[in-house]
Amino acid sequence: MGKVTGFKEFERQDEAHISVKERVQHYKEFTVPLKTNEVEKQGSRCMDCGIPFCHSACPLGNLIPDFNDMVHEKKWEKALEILHSTNNFPEFTGRLCPAPCEQACVLGIVKPAITIENLEKNIVEKGFENGWIKAQSPTVRTGKTVAVVGSGPAGLAAAQQLNRAGHLVTVFERDDALGGLLRYGIPNFKLEKGIIDRRIAILKEEGIEFKTNINVGVNYPVEKLDDFNAVVLCGGATLSRELPVKGAEIKGVVQAMTFLKQQNKRNAGITIEDEEIFATGKNVIVIGGGDTGSDCIGTSNRQGPKSVTNFEIMPKPPEKRSETTPWPFWPLKLKTSTSHEEGCDRNWLISTKEFIADEKGYLKALKTVNVEWVMKPGERPALKEIEGTEKIWPCELVLLAMGFTGPEATLSEQLGLKTDFRSNYQASETEFQTNVLHIFTAGDMRRGQSLIVWAISEGREAAKKVDEYLMGYSNLPTKGKGDLVGV
Amino acid sequence: MEKQGLYLPEFERDNCGAGFICNLKGEKSNKIIHDALEILIKLEHRGAVSSDGKTGDGAGILIDIPHEFFAKNTTFSLPKPKEYAVGMVFLSQNENQRNFFKNCLETEIKNQGLAVLGWRKVPVNKTHLGNIAAKNEPAIEQIFIGKNRLPLTENQFNAKLFAARKIAEHAVENSKLSDRKKFYLPSLSTTTLIYKGLLIPEDIRNYYTDLSNPDLVTRLALVHQRFSTNTFPSWDLAQPFRYMCHNGEINTLRGNINRMKAREELMKSPIFGDDIKKLFPIILDGKSDSACMDMAVELLLMTDRSLPEVMMMMVPEAWEKAPAMSDAKKAFYEYNSCIMEPWDGPASIPFTDGNYIGALLDRNGLRPSRYTVTKDGNVVMSSETGVLDIKPENVVHHGRLEPGKMFLVDMNAGRIINDEEIKQKIVSEKPYRKWLNKNLLLLADIPYTGNKTPKEEISLVARQKIFGYTLEEIDTIITPMATGGKEAIGSMGNDTPLAVLSDEPQLLFNYFKQLFAQVTNPPLDGIREEIVTDFSLAIGGDRNIFDISDQQCNKLKIQNPVISNADIDKLKSIDHPDFKSVSISTLYDITKGLNGIEAALKDMVKQAYKAVSEGCNIIILSDRNVNEHFAPIPILLSCSYVGGQLSKMGQRSSFGIVIESAEPREPHHFATLFGYGASAVNPYMINEMLRQQVKEGDIVGISDEKAIENFNKAIATGVLKIMNKIGISTLHSYRASQIFEILGLNTAFTEEYFPNTPSRIEGIGLYEIEKEIFLRHRSVFPPLEIAGNLPLNIGGDYRWRRNAERHMFNPTTVSKLQQAVRTNSYESYEVYAKDINEQSEKLMTLRGMFEFNNLDPIPLEEVEPWTEIVKRFKTGAMSYGSISQEAHENLAIAMNRIGGKSNSGEGGENKNRFRKDLNGDSRNSAIKQVASGRFGVSTNYLTNAKEIQIKMAQGAKPGEGGQLPADKVLPWIAECRSSTPYVGLISPPPHHDIYSIEDLAQLIFDLKNANREARINVKLVSKVGVGTIAAGVAKAKADVILISGYDGGTGASPLTSLRHAGLPWELGIAEAQQTLVLNNLRNRVVLECDGQLKTGRDVAIACLLGAEEFGFATAPLVASGCIMMRKCHLNTCPVGIATQDPELRKNFKGTPEHVINFMYFVAKELRKIMASLGFRTINEMVGQSQKINVNKAIDHAKAKGIDLSPILHKPETNKPLYNTESQNHELENVLDFDILRMGHPAIYRKEKMFLEFPIKNTDRTVGAIVSNELSKIYGDNGLPEDTLNLKFKGSAGQSFGAFATKGLTMQVDGNTNDYLGKSLSGAKLIIKTPDEATFASEENIIVGNVSLYGATNGEAYINGIAGERFCVRNSGAIAVVEGVGDHGCEYMTGGKVVILGKTGRNFAAGMSGGIAYVFDTDGKFRNGLCNMEMVAFEEISTEDQIELKQLIKNHFKYTNSDLAYRILDDWENSLSNFVKVMPTEYKKALIRLEMENNIKTATV
Repeated sequence: MGKVTGFKEFERQDEAHISVKERVQHYKEFTVPLKTNEVEKQGSRCMDCGIPFCHSACPLGNLIPDFNDMVHEKKWEKALEILHSTNNFPEFTGRLCPAPCEQACVLGIVKPAITIENLEKNIVEKGFENGWIKAQSPTVRTGKTVAVVGSGPAGLAAAQQLNRAGHLVTVFERDDALGGLLRYGIPNFKLEKGIIDRRIAILKEEGIEFKTNINVGVNYPVEKLDDFNAVVLCGGATLSRELPVKGAEIKGVVQAMTFLKQQNKRNAGITIEDEEIFATGKNVIVIGGGDTGSDCIGTSNRQGPKSVTNFEIMPKPPEKRSETTPWPFWPLKLKTSTSHEEGCDRNWLISTKEFIADEKGYLKALKTVNVEWVMKPGERPALKEIEGTEKIWPCELVLLAMGFTGPEATLSEQLGLKTDFRSNYQASETEFQTNVLHIFTAGDMRRGQSLIVWAISEGREAAKKVDEYLMGYSNLPTKGKGDLVGV
Repeated sequence: MEKQGLYLPEFERDNCGAGFICNLKGEKSNKIIHDALEILIKLEHRGAVSSDGKTGDGAGILIDIPHEFFAKNTTFSLPKPKEYAVGMVFLSQNENQRNFFKNCLETEIKNQGLAVLGWRKVPVNKTHLGNIAAKNEPAIEQIFIGKNRLPLTENQFNAKLFAARKIAEHAVENSKLSDRKKFYLPSLSTTTLIYKGLLIPEDIRNYYTDLSNPDLVTRLALVHQRFSTNTFPSWDLAQPFRYMCHNGEINTLRGNINRMKAREELMKSPIFGDDIKKLFPIILDGKSDSACMDMAVELLLMTDRSLPEVMMMMVPEAWEKAPAMSDAKKAFYEYNSCIMEPWDGPASIPFTDGNYIGALLDRNGLRPSRYTVTKDGNVVMSSETGVLDIKPENVVHHGRLEPGKMFLVDMNAGRIINDEEIKQKIVSEKPYRKWLNKNLLLLADIPYTGNKTPKEEISLVARQKIFGYTLEEIDTIITPMATGGKEAIGSMGNDTPLAVLSDEPQLLFNYFKQLFAQVTNPPLDGIREEIVTDFSLAIGGDRNIFDISDQQCNKLKIQNPVISNADIDKLKSIDHPDFKSVSISTLYDITKGLNGIEAALKDMVKQAYKAVSEGCNIIILSDRNVNEHFAPIPILLSCSYVGGQLSKMGQRSSFGIVIESAEPREPHHFATLFGYGASAVNPYMINEMLRQQVKEGDIVGISDEKAIENFNKAIATGVLKIMNKIGISTLHSYRASQIFEILGLNTAFTEEYFPNTPSRIEGIGLYEIEKEIFLRHRSVFPPLEIAGNLPLNIGGDYRWRRNAERHMFNPTTVSKLQQAVRTNSYESYEVYAKDINEQSEKLMTLRGMFEFNNLDPIPLEEVEPWTEIVKRFKTGAMSYGSISQEAHENLAIAMNRIGGKSNSGEGGENKNRFRKDLNGDSRNSAIKQVASGRFGVSTNYLTNAKEIQIKMAQGAKPGEGGQLPADKVLPWIAECRSSTPYVGLISPPPHHDIYSIEDLAQLIFDLKNANREARINVKLVSKVGVGTIAAGVAKAKADVILISGYDGGTGASPLTSLRHAGLPWELGIAEAQQTLVLNNLRNRVVLECDGQLKTGRDVAIACLLGAEEFGFATAPLVASGCIMMRKCHLNTCPVGIATQDPELRKNFKGTPEHVINFMYFVAKELRKIMASLGFRTINEMVGQSQKINVNKAIDHAKAKGIDLSPILHKPETNKPLYNTESQNHELENVLDFDILRMGHPAIYRKEKMFLEFPIKNTDRTVGAIVSNELSKIYGDNGLPEDTLNLKFKGSAGQSFGAFATKGLTMQVDGNTNDYLGKSLSGAKLIIKTPDEATFASEENIIVGNVSLYGATNGEAYINGIAGERFCVRNSGAIAVVEGVGDHGCEYMTGGKVVILGKTGRNFAAGMSGGIAYVFDTDGKFRNGLCNMEMVAFEEISTEDQIELKQLIKNHFKYTNSDLAYRILDDWENSLSNFVKVMPTEYKKALIRLEMENNIKTATV
C-alpha cells in the first residue's frame, strides 16, 4: 500500500490562499485548490503505518491510510467510498476540522504531516464534480419512525444513518434554514452555504423529511414526539458564555453568535429584523482567542473596521508543540488562522474588568487588567491579577467569543431528561440513550461544545444504538474503539 | 512417565550414534562384538546420560545367532542353524506375570503350528545398572522355537514367527496386567539376536555376560546408542530394533502411522490367511519413530519384498527431480509412491536381516555415516570415522553414505554390492514403467470440456462476507500472491489475540498452529534444496500392499494439488473406468444451528460411505452455493471428519478427498487441509475474485489465468515452506500427517473431529464455532445493504484499525510508553501498563486470564532493589542490519549501564565496539548470537561475549530462514558480517551443524571451547513438546535455555508466518519448567523467557511459571522511538530505527536513558507485585505457580471453555526450581590444553614452533581454546602466518580447527569427521592422506560433512573427498579439495574453492559470493550437477589461471597430492577441464565496489 518512499520524495504542499487584500473584499472561500496530480503526490506521502495514529486521533475513525493510498493510486472513486464509509459529510470536515489526525500523523514526528484534511476535501469535491455522490435510498423500509431534533452535523449524520437503516426520519430545525451552526455560525469564507444545500438535497432525495422553523418545545409540543418510535436530540450546546462584569449590558457588547449569524443571513439575502450590527468604521475588540473569536475577526475585517483587537485570558502558547503535549497528542501551540492573518492585534493574559459607555449609552471603551496564572502542584491553576496594569481600550464594538456553556434546558425540562453537572444531556458515550428509553442524544447537546467531527461521529454512533433499540441488532457501522487518549 | 501438566510423553525424541561391523570373509569371532561395542564407546559423546549420572538412554547390539554357543549353553537339543529361531524376551520380574506372558507367547507359537524347544535365562550382572534403569529392569530370557517338522521355507517360518509374536503382543496388551508394558521381544529370528537395554555402551557387555564369552561369535554386529531428549526412556526403546536401527528422526511419523492403519483395511495374504486381522495394529501405539518404522519394515518383508527393496520403498532417494537417474529406477520409485509415502526425515538407517547388512541415508543426507573397508576383510560403518584403530596401510577404501544411497554387504556372497548394482537389480525385477504407462493418469492429460459448475446464486460480495474475507486480506495477502507469485513480506511481531480470545469471528484454521523442527531435526530449505522436494500427489483408491501388480498404480496424479476451477471441473465430470467422483455439499441449514451442523456432518459421512461402496474413489467436498438458508461448515472440519469417520469404518484407503472451497486463502489454510488428508484443493472463489480484480483493473499487467496460476503457485510454495519447517520434503508424506497443535478447542470437539492432534488448554467447541459462522452469515442475511458501508470489513490483523482486531501495541500504549520514558513519568507508564495488563474486558493473551493469588504482603523495601532485578533483563536479538547502528548501540549502552545484557543478533558486531568508550560506556553486546548464517562469527567475536546464544528458531518465523537482499548489505554491514558488500546473504532454515540433539551438544561444546567464560544459551520457540526438547538441551549442556513466544518480532517475514507457527510463551515456559523439574535437570540450567514481554506483570507471570531471566525487544524499541510502522523490511523506518538510510538514521532520537527508564519502570512494577506476593528475591519466586489463579471475573464467551490448569501444574519435588549449579562441560581433556602448555613460546612470544600429537575421534574441537587465548591477546590479528605448526596423526574428531585463528597451521595425517574448520578464523588447515596409505586419495573420503561452515578467513587443503555441504556459508576461506558431496558451496558468500574432483548434486545452491573452480573431466558437473539459479560459468582469465595454479601448487606443497601433481604436470590440458563458477550477484558487487573505490581515490 502507498508509495514506499513517497514521504522522502515529496514535501508537504498546502493549498494556497487568495491574497488578504483581495479576499477581505468578499465572503467567499478563498483557498486555491491544488492540481489533481499534486494532490496525488500528497497522498503518496502517506507511509501506511502499522499503527496509523491519525486514524486513532480522528474522532470519526476515518480510514486515513486507506483513502490516502487510493488517492495515490488515482482511484478516486474508491477513495471516496472509503472516506464516506466513516464520514457522512467530508465536505464539511474537509474545510472546518482542526485536523487532530494531522497532529497525530507519524510523519509529523520528523517532517510536516500529510495533508489529510485537504485530501479529504479533494476526494469529496471530486466526488461531487464527477457525479459519484448520489442519493442512495434504502432498499427496505422498516416502518419505524425516528425524529431528529436539530439539523447540525450531529443531527444530519444521525438522520442519514437511520434513514440508511430503513427507518423513516424527520428532522426538526428551529431556524429557517438547515445546518445548525454550519449554517449561521460558520462564516461563508470558511464554508460557502451551497455546500450544505448540495448535501441536504441528497438527504432529502434519500427520503429524509426536514421541517424548518419548528422549535420543539416552543412552537411544537414535545408530546408530539411520542408519535415517533425513537427520538434523537441533537440540539447543540448553544448557550453562550457571558462576561458578567460591570457594563456588560451596554449596547455594543454583543455575543459573537449574534454578530456572525447576522452576516451569514445577510450573505444569504435574508433581511435582518433585529437591529443590525456592523464593525464598519469601529474599533472592534474580540474577547476570546478560539475559533469563534477568529471567525469574528475575519467577519469584522470584511466589514471595514477601524481596528480589530483580540483578547485571550490564557498565556500565549508556544510556537511549536511543547513537551507537555508530545506527539501524537493534540498540541498546545499558537494557532494563527487565516482570519488572524487578515489583521488583528492579539493580546494574551488579559482580562476585561469593565465596559464603559459614552453619554448616549453606547460602548466607548473597556478596561482590562493583565493577569498571571499561579500554578501549584496538585491544584488547579489560579488566576491572579497583576496590580497596576489596568488599561483603558477605546472601542465601539465588543464581540464576546468565550465559548458555550451548554445546551438549552427547554427540552430536558419538558421531556424529563437528566442532565449532568455541566448541564449536558445525560447519556453515556457508548449508548447515547437518555433516561427516557426511546430518547437518545448526541453531539454537543450530550458532550458539550466540541468539534464538528465529534458531532458527526456522535450522530453516527447514536444512530447505530437507535437502530439496535428499534430492531434488536444493527448493521450500521461503528467506528470501533481506539480513540486516542488524552495527554 | 505418564502425561502430567503440559508434559506429553509422545513428544520424546531421540537421536543417536550407530554403526556396524562385519567380516566379508564370513569369519566369525567374538572380537567383532568387542570392536562393535568399542565403536559405541568412541561415540559416547553422541549419547547422553540422565540426571542420575549412570543411566544411559539405551544401547544395544545385534549379532548372528551364535549356534555353537547355544548348543553348549542350553539344556535341550537344537536343530541345525536356521532350522530354529531364537527370541530374546523381556518379561516381568514378577513371577506370576512372567509366567502369564511366557504362556501367552507359547500358546501363540503353538497356534502357528511351531514348537517351543525351550527357554534359557539370560545371565545378567545388575551391578552396572543406573537407578532409573534398575527400576524398570525386565527379566530377560531367550526362547527357542522349532519348525515342529513342518516343511517351511525360511520366509514361511519367519511369517509364522511374526504372526505368533504379534498376536501374543496384542494378547498381553489386552491382559491389563500391571507389567504388560514390560513384555517385549527385542528379536525373534532364525538369523539374528539382539542384546539391548537401558545402559551406557560400556555396560552392555558388563550387564550381558554372554557377550564376553569367547564362544559367542558372530560375522556381523550392529550397534546403537540413544540420545533421548528426556530421561524417561524405557528398555524396549533401546535399539537396534529387529531389522534396523536409526539415527535421526521420522518427521512424517503421524501420517505414516495413519496411512499404515488405513492400509490394514485391504490387507490380504495367503501366508497369514484369517490370522491377518489378528496382527493389527501393525504399528503399536506409543512407540518411538524408529520402533514404528521397524514394525512397518517387518510387515513389508512379509510381502515377499527383499530388505533392500523395502528400504528403497520407505526411504526413496529424491527421484522426482533427478534428470540423471535411469528411467527404470524412476519408474520403480514412482510405482512405489502409489503404494507408500516416504518415511521422511533425517535418517541414517543401518539394517540387517542376517543375510544382508547395510545402511541407507535419507534423501537429503542429513546424518553422517562413514565406512571403512579393510584389507583383512572387515567393513566398519558408523556415524564417525576413526572409531576403531585401523592402520592406514590396512585400508582398502574410506567411504561415506551418500544422500538417498544404500551401502550393502551381502554376507553370504561375502562382498559389498554398490548402490547402483543393488538398485539396478531391484528396479528391473518388474516392468514398472509399463505398468505406470498403462495405469497412471495425469490430471493435466485429462481434456477440459468446459465449465459445468452452476453459477452461484448470491453475489460475490455476499459470499466473501459469509466466508469472512476482509479488504486487508485481499489487498495484503491475496493480491500480492496473484501478482507476484509469492507471499507478501511484513515485519514486527504479532500482537493480536489468540483466535480463542478474539472477538472477531475466526476461521477454524486459526485455531491450528504449525509445528516446526528445532534441535531434534532440521527444517529444510525447499528453495535452495528444491531437488529433494516434491509437491505432487496421487489420488485414487489404495490396493492390498501384499499385491505387487500393475493395479497399484491405478491413480490420478496431480502436479500441483492447488487446482484451478477448470481442473475441478475435470474431476467432477471424470469419465474413466478407474475413477469415479462424487460431490458432497458441506453446507448446513443455518436455522437449525448446532443441530444443523452436526446433522450435516453425519450426512456427509453417510453420503461418502455410500459413494465409496458404489465405487467412487474421488470424494469432492464442496461449499459452493451458500445462500440465505445454507451456510458453510468450516471446510477443515468437514475434511477431517469425513476422512476420520471413514477411517473408523475401515474405508479410508479406497478414496481421495478433493476440496472445493471458498474458505482457504493462505498457505496455512491449505497446509491444514493437506495435513488432515485432502489430496487436492480448489479455492474456487479466489479464482472468481482474481478474475474480477483483473477485470476491474485492480490487478494490471497480467491475465486472469496468469493471476490464478500465480496464486496457486504461491500457495504451493507457501505450503512447501510450511512442510519444510518441520523437515518434510514431499507433500505425499505431509498429507494426513496432522502436524499441528490446536490452541483453543475443547477435548470433546477435538476427540470427535481431530483425534490425535494435541490440544492442551481446551477452549471452544462446535457450539461456539457455529456461532461464529452464524455471525458472518447474518451480516449478509436478511439482505439489507446499508449505503455508505464498505463492501467488506476493512480488516486489521496486520495493521491496526479501530474497527478490527485488537493489538497490544496500539496508539495508546505506544504513545503512553514513549511519554513515560521521555519524561521519566511512572504515571504515564502506569497508563500504558494498565492498558496491557488489565484484560478482563478485552482478552488478548493467556496471561491476561490470570490473576495473582495467595497474597502474602511484605514491605516493599524488603524486596531486592531494582538494580539487582534488571541484571536479569535482556534486550532481544536484533541484528545490526535489521536495525540501525544508532538504535543497536543505544540498546547496548543502556543494558551495559544497568548490568543487563543486550544481544548482537545474528549480524556480527564491529570490533570497535569490543572496547569501552572514553566516557566509560560500552557498546559491546554482552550476548553474541550464533545463528544459521553464522554471519561475523569468528573467534574474536565469540571471545568478546559474556553469553553466546544459539538461535535454534525465531518466534516470528520458527523453522524458516531469512534473507538480507544484496542492496541492504552495505559496506558497513558487510564488514560486521565478514561478507562482501552488495552480495545478498541467506540464513538457511537449519543450522547445518545441527540436524539433531547430539549435533547441538557438539555445537555447545564448540562454543564453550571458543569462550570458556561465556554462558551458552540455546534459544527455542514455544511449541508442544518444547519441554522435552529443553530437557534434551539441558542434557546437551546448555547453560541457559530461552523459550521464546511465537509472537516475537522480526525484521522481515512472510506475513502469514507471523501468526500460525509457534505458541505463546506461557505454554512453553511452563512446559519447559515442568519437564525440567520432572527430569531433575532444572537446577542445571537458567531458564529465560521472551516474546512480547511488556510490563512488570508479564515478567511476574513468566517468573512464577519458571523463568528467571527475561528478554524484551519490541518494548525497548518503542521506548527508543519505534512507532510500529511495520516497515522494517523496506528500509524506510522514518524514526531511524529499522533502516540503514543515512538520512533516516538522523531521525533516531532514542537515548540510553529511555531504555533504562523502561527497564526501571518494569522492575518497579515487578517489585510491587513481588512485595504483595511475599517474595524478596526473584529466585524465591521462580516456578511458584501456586501464586497464580485464573481470573473468574473474566466473562468472555469464547474464553470460558479454556482450562489453564496444565500451565499452572507444579510437579512435586524437593529439588530447587531455579538454577543452582553450573553444567560440567568436561573441557579438561581437550587437547588444546596440551597445546597451550607446549606452545607457550609461540603463543606469547610469537616464536615459530612445530608440535606433534596423536589424535582420535574423541578429540573434538581442537584449536578453539588456543584461538580463544590468542584472541584475548591479539584480537582478530592472531599470530603471524605459520607461527604455531601443529601436526596430528590419526582421525580427528568433529569440529577440527573450529574458530582457528591466524598464525595456526594445523595438519592431520589421517582423516577428520564433520565440521572441519567451522567458522575458520584465519588458520591454515591441512588434511593429508597418510603416506603409508595405498588407496588413491581422490577416491576416498577424508573429511566429513559441513566443512568450513561459516568460515570467514583462512585456508584449507584437503587431500581427499569431503562430504556433503562443503564450504556451506563460507565467506572468506580458501579451500582446495579433491572431491565433494552434494550441495557443495551452498549459501557461500565469499572466499575461493578449488575442487579437483567430482562434486555431488546441487552445487552452488544459494551461492551469492566467492568463486569456485571445479575440475570437471567428464562434463557431468557442467551438465546438471551445478545449480545455476544464482551462478554462471565463466571464462578463466589469465589472472585467474595464475591464482588457480598457485592454489594447486600450495595443495601439492602441503599434501603431496598425487592428483595435484598430475594436474600441474599437464597444466595446459588440465586447465581446459576447469570450470569457473561465478555468482552473478558477486560479479555485480565486485564491479560496484571497484567503481566506488575509483570514486574514492579520485576524490582523495
